[in-house]
Amino acid sequence: MSKQANKNSIETKKINSDLFVLTYGAIVAQLVKECDNAEEINKQLDKMGYNIGLRLIEDYLSKTQMTRCHDFKDVAERIQNAFRIYLGFAPTITNWSAAQDEFSILIDYNPLTEFVELPDHLSNLRYCNLLCGVIRGALEMVQIDVQVYFLQDYLRGDQTTELRVRFMKKIEDVLPRNDD
Amino acid sequence: MDTTPIFSGKTRSSFLDKSIEKTKTRSDQISLSAFAFLFSEIIQYCENRVQLTSEMQSKLAEIGYNVGQRIVDLMLIREKNFRREIRLINMLIFVRSKVWTMLFGKEADKLEQANDDKNTYYIIERESIVNKFISVPKDKKNINCAAFVGGIIEAILNECNFPAKISVHWHEGTTYMIKFRDSVIERDKLLEK
Repeated sequence: MSKQANKNSIETKKINSDLFVLTYGAIVAQLVKECDNAEEINKQLDKMGYNIGLRLIEDYLSKTQMTRCHDFKDVAERIQNAFRIYLGFAPTITNWSAAQDEFSILIDYNPLTEFVELPDHLSNLRYCNLLCGVIRGALEMVQIDVQVYFLQDYLRGDQTTELRVRFMKKIEDVLPRNDD
Repeated sequence: MDTTPIFSGKTRSSFLDKSIEKTKTRSDQISLSAFAFLFSEIIQYCENRVQLTSEMQSKLAEIGYNVGQRIVDLMLIREKNFRREIRLINMLIFVRSKVWTMLFGKEADKLEQANDDKNTYYIIERESIVNKFISVPKDKKNINCAAFVGGIIEAILNECNFPAKISVHWHEGTTYMIKFRDSVIERDKLLEK
């Protein structure tokens, strides 16, 4: 059971990125078909992401053998690292708030949005909202409560994609949560 | 400096302006875990939305179909220079080898024709990637999440003008049963002459 993961050879198993990207697109398309409005789709994507995050964190910790984060800077670094492991690119971490409790994740090149164009009537759709949920869910499992939201979205005409992560509080005692 | 697309500048480029060819800057591989996590969420989503297990499979197939429709265009442009197969057997071999290699990094294990039915073919995969991480509960034994892959294959065959129905079975691992329409078989006979 206790397989020692070499830090340099994290994750050797790979899959074609087109399959991943198109699968993500297909699920968003399915949500568009089945949900009434963009807000509901965003919520659903966030929920799915959250569920992924809850489980992804274990995978991440076992692969990287990371120890605890000392401060929020550490957290940002690990998130960047996780992006590299799971999505194959490293975003830029920037725009720290003065209190060092908020930062932005800049995504210049986003594989998830490859082949994607948002139609006008869905301009409220956050195509990559899943990512917010993943980050929130994963950090919750390591007792960090954060808020994650989009500041800019390339698909909606902004120059780049910018995710804002805000530290809310440290979760002292993990209470059992109701799964819904 | 490499040519990673950096989205600055005044005019916003549409994805149609970008090359569809694989480039060095685009990594064409992504973590299998990322896909597995996403896929399991899709399954859960489908499960929550349907009443019957058979509906769940058709929902998965529907999502797969959506993927397949896009994969086929990509493949024909990237790998075959817009050439389509017109012969049935070539098409099946294309699916078994090229499509499977592109999607899963290896060929499907077997391609067989049914003994008793000239419309029916089987593609057999001992260990399907989509079934690898899934333990099917005992009370829902007939569920097969490879229905998703079935949907992809059905879309590819349909888009290439080989209309067929695909069903997924547990047999020697995962078996995709491909049932072509009569018209496909008749056309193939004509081409033989």
